[in-house]
Amino acid sequence: MRRYATWGVLLALLTPFMLMAAPALSGAVERQAINYTAIYMFLIFVAGTMGITYWAAKRTRSAKDFYTAGGGITGFQNGLAIAGDFMSAASFLGISGLVFASGYDGLIYSIGFLVGWPVIMFLIAEQIRNLGKFTFADVSSYRFGQTEIRTMAAISSLVVVAFYLIAQMVGAGKLIQLLFGLDYWIAVVIVGGLMMVYVIFGGMTATTWVQIIKAVLLLSGATFMAIAALATFGFSPEEMFRQAVEAHPKGAAIMSPGSLVTDPINAISLGLALMFGTAGLPHILMRFFTVPDAKEARKSVFYATGFIGYFYILTFIIGFAAIVLLLQHPEFYKPEAIAADGSIIKGQLIAGLNGGTNMVAIRLAEAVGGNLFLGFISAVAFATILAVVSGLTLAGASAISHDLYASVIARGRSNEKTEIRVSKIATFMLGLVAIGLGIAFESQNVAFMVGLAFAIAASANFPVLAASIFWSKMTTRGALVGGFVGLISAVVLTILSKAVWGDVLGHTAMIDGKEVAVGLISLNNPAIISMPLAFAFIWIASLTDSSERAKRERIAFEAQKVRCETGIGAEGATAH
Amino acid sequence: MQQESVDAIKASPRYQELVRSRKRFAWLLTIIILAIYYGFILTIAFAPSWLGTPVVEGATTTIGMPIGVIIIVAAFVLTGIYVAKANSKFDALTKAVREELQ
Repeated sequence: MRRYATWGVLLALLTPFMLMAAPALSGAVERQAINYTAIYMFLIFVAGTMGITYWAAKRTRSAKDFYTAGGGITGFQNGLAIAGDFMSAASFLGISGLVFASGYDGLIYSIGFLVGWPVIMFLIAEQIRNLGKFTFADVSSYRFGQTEIRTMAAISSLVVVAFYLIAQMVGAGKLIQLLFGLDYWIAVVIVGGLMMVYVIFGGMTATTWVQIIKAVLLLSGATFMAIAALATFGFSPEEMFRQAVEAHPKGAAIMSPGSLVTDPINAISLGLALMFGTAGLPHILMRFFTVPDAKEARKSVFYATGFIGYFYILTFIIGFAAIVLLLQHPEFYKPEAIAADGSIIKGQLIAGLNGGTNMVAIRLAEAVGGNLFLGFISAVAFATILAVVSGLTLAGASAISHDLYASVIARGRSNEKTEIRVSKIATFMLGLVAIGLGIAFESQNVAFMVGLAFAIAASANFPVLAASIFWSKMTTRGALVGGFVGLISAVVLTILSKAVWGDVLGHTAMIDGKEVAVGLISLNNPAIISMPLAFAFIWIASLTDSSERAKRERIAFEAQKVRCETGIGAEGATAH
Repeated sequence: MQQESVDAIKASPRYQELVRSRKRFAWLLTIIILAIYYGFILTIAFAPSWLGTPVVEGATTTIGMPIGVIIIVAAFVLTGIYVAKANSKFDALTKAVREELQ
């Protein structure tokens, strides 16, 4: 029902704009002409979210309001917001593009991203809610030296946020260039500027509602696309697969695992990074503090898992349907991909697509829903980037203000007002940095950055977090040594891998007479080494620690465990 | 929290039951999802052609398709099973522990 309501409102709001837009669109249409429908739809989204930010700003007074929306988000709302954080434009466009290009491999990727959620639910969601206040460093530093652990957690959070942010900004610039016909730098500045407004004025309340709205729009749009696409095959997946195999240059190979997973070591390593990285992403972990108690925290994971899983099934259908349906649209293809009779040359189905495989979902939107729906999906893709970037920036700013400033620099002597001000300044600075890096990395290959962000989260944040919750014998020294070993080894191994050493730094080798990019090591994702290494160093550096402080920290585990299990004494817990 | 309350809670049989049963249940579910996922990854690594066999003679749909969808659904169902048990059994025990403390 909600979908129809959203559509109704959007259509009603749009009618006047459409009339205004008509003359502009009837002129000579260039290939990358400014897409007015998309821009009007996006402006509606911006206007709506600005209204929410204004409303949120009036409610944002305390630090608790700013960091956690006052802890008053329900489990269902938070589940949608988590899904919003997780369903980035990269996963919507990237995974549907991956399915389009290689079929089954896209599903392997989606499953890896999803299965981290049950693990978060069973092992850490409630514990985090019961122990923490504003950031996950509250949890990992709970019984340890505040200065050391918070500094480390803030550094690894900022590194994760930085890589994730660069990937999102560069993606945003390129995507908006294609969809809206705007210049790259303008797109990056718009994303950075709007994100600053949401976070600085509306804090977590505005960020959460931007996520929720975007999640609803994205799920509705993707649902419509998948249903419309399936309808052309009489709602028979078998028929869709049959025609896709017929149309695809790779033929029946798209129906089974292909080149994405070439050897078991790389497969397991990628799996580790995806599964445990999710449990170490600062902007995701922060969402557990926006709900009133552990019960709502676990409900949010349940809803989030459902929405994310459903979304991945939709992207799979979209990618497969596009293999067949885009073949009927030579206008989406480069001139060299078109045969003399006007049809698309079979071998050019993937390589010949204008704008590359990232445009698959966007092209399918146009194919099944015309220009209006194309505008809608383009605007949703823009909104998606904006929402993800806002969540990331808020997590980065919280690491600076709550962990570095309030606990390390001011040593707990700052007041709430100053802390919020520091957070807003940090947001502004991070926004400028994001815009700067976004522009600086325009022509760089940033594909490795999201993978690296997950690998660092799995190798630095997750081991320290898990050991602080479950292992009574960990000490400050163990956490510090293990965390930094995880962080540094993940970064170094990524630099030596093909994605950076070969693709970015340009080292090549002759293989079978062809010059190809190579890495110093054959591992594509570092998690299989860096994550166990972090746990090993936590273990060694803790067990060899016989200081007085270490003894106190081990004794403090009991009180931590009681709070962890029962929620007694937890932030925002109802009085008993 | 005061040390006395910590000791009192720790001594409570309800608390001990809560910790024990939740730990067992959470790790059981974790092992199930890990086994499902890594079973899938190892199948991809060592027997990719098995996932590529048709579901029935002559079909284009391969065994890998329903298996992929089943894993996605299983992840959701397992979280649902955890929530159901936590909402009833674990929350009741937690409530009892809190009441004992008063």
